[in-house]
Amino acid sequence: MSALETLNKDELFTPEIRAEIDREIAKYPEGQKQSAVMAALRIVQDDNGGWLTQERMDEVAAYLDMPPIAVYEVATFYSMYEHKPVGRNKLCICTNVSCMINGSDKIVEHLNNKLGIKWGEVTEDGRFSLKEVECLGACGGAPMMQVGRKYYENLTPETLDSILDELE
Amino acid sequence: MANEVLFRNLDLERLWDIDQYRSRGGYEVLTRILTQKTPPAEVIEWMKTSGLRGRGGAGFPTGLKWSFINRDAPVDKYLVCNSDEGEPGTFKDRDILRYNPHALVEGMVIASYVIGAHRAYNYIRGEFWEPYERFQNAIDQAREAGLVGKDILGSGYDCEVHVHLGGGAYVCGEETALLESIEGKKGQPRFKPPFPAHVGLYGCPTVINNTETLSSVPSILREGAEWFRDLGVENSGGSKLFSISGHVKNPGVFELPMGTPFAELFELAGGMRDGSKLKAVIPGGSSSPVIPGEIMMDLTMDYDCIAKAGSMLGSGAVIVMDDTTCMVKVLDRMSYFYHEESCGQCTPCREGTGWLWRVVNRIENGEGRPEDLDLLLDVQGRIRGKTICALGDAAAMPVEGMLRHYRDEFQYHIDHKKCMVGAGA
Repeated sequence: MSALETLNKDELFTPEIRAEIDREIAKYPEGQKQSAVMAALRIVQDDNGGWLTQERMDEVAAYLDMPPIAVYEVATFYSMYEHKPVGRNKLCICTNVSCMINGSDKIVEHLNNKLGIKWGEVTEDGRFSLKEVECLGACGGAPMMQVGRKYYENLTPETLDSILDELE
Repeated sequence: MANEVLFRNLDLERLWDIDQYRSRGGYEVLTRILTQKTPPAEVIEWMKTSGLRGRGGAGFPTGLKWSFINRDAPVDKYLVCNSDEGEPGTFKDRDILRYNPHALVEGMVIASYVIGAHRAYNYIRGEFWEPYERFQNAIDQAREAGLVGKDILGSGYDCEVHVHLGGGAYVCGEETALLESIEGKKGQPRFKPPFPAHVGLYGCPTVINNTETLSSVPSILREGAEWFRDLGVENSGGSKLFSISGHVKNPGVFELPMGTPFAELFELAGGMRDGSKLKAVIPGGSSSPVIPGEIMMDLTMDYDCIAKAGSMLGSGAVIVMDDTTCMVKVLDRMSYFYHEESCGQCTPCREGTGWLWRVVNRIENGEGRPEDLDLLLDVQGRIRGKTICALGDAAAMPVEGMLRHYRDEFQYHIDHKKCMVGAGA
């Protein structure tokens, strides 16, 4: 018997997380639990410090009655799921055309120098990590970045400094 | 006249609240249709008359799309809204979700009624958390008012509206990739036919419309199909949201009638920043071929005029570039984007976008070879029309456009191993 088959659904996750995932499942027709996989991965990732482990993905698979491979496929296809540790604040910097021609290079350079990290790296204190992202649909406020659920627009090295100061 | 349809309530405070929306006639149309049990075919005729075409970029006539659904088929039908706004340069649907979410809720329920659906999903890109909360709040308010859910306004018609959040994938803006994504799979586009109107979400008949398209429906039905059509020009009915960004003084989203001169939109956006000179414009999102500034200043913002100039109106996303902009660098960034976002399903796109990016990137880095420009044209031609979805075409078209208008700049990069516009080197 594999480890997966021994997982008891009622013991997976906390009751709060189970309730949250169940609310997502309820959005879809009977028998379409798999539709909740993206939400479930997001919820579990948020609970796990912003990244997914194989163990957590396996739990999602068991909870939604999906083969683990189907969950891995989803978790590796979409860019918002992380597979290695990230900072407490994941700085997602847009470098696509509108942001680029409005100076996103300077924003990135400033962050590289100030934090001493490059794309995909985490600061030693675990406070920040840096991620290059594609157009986030806020080009009127270019250059911009996303941290957590929030957008920060019209960035300059100066405003960036004060934003970083406020992020724990 | 600006702000006639989607931005008509911009002057109100907390315009995203249901009371504010209703104070300007919101939900009147839905109420009328459901209580009078208006025949769906009648609504479809109005939509056809209005000239509304899909605002996500493809411009397919909305009324015609709705008419493809066999309402009487003994299976579930679905209405899906595409709020996976991701075409670089586009940021209009975000403003609809934030500032006019009830127009979308009303439009979704009306469209659902017309096609005989009892469940509607709005697929919102995962990064749009704040817009998602606004929209979810609008659904909740509408449900409380009896405008969403079971037996709406005592009409016997049920319609649930739900949000499905994306996870970060440009390709999910393609309608069949979006359906795969709702089904809990990788967002890889489906081969067509069958089209979603026959085999869509969970194998059932499905209509997929863009956010702006569905949000326009209540105004069209309230003010009249002819009124909407006559706001615009022949073949491009109504008004449209234009997202304008880049080197303009006041970037933002502007609602203007179709057929408005570009020069007018440009002026609304404050013209060029810091007295710099207009060089080039991407008129409809990064997939649309670039147009030199002096040509653009004579064009109008409608499907036919932009098409005649060799580009596309697309999503109405205008990126303005000044004369310090290096076109090689711009194309390098765009090609990287399409390579990064290719889902990998079709060989011409998966491999071709990689070739395009690597060749443009080596030109940008001073390692271009004499044969590279012809190679680029050859590769882009081998992607176009040879893939399941339009992402391949979207990657190829800007390459051809850049070389059509700015070949000398690329040639200079190859010959001199540096940039001819100082700042962009």
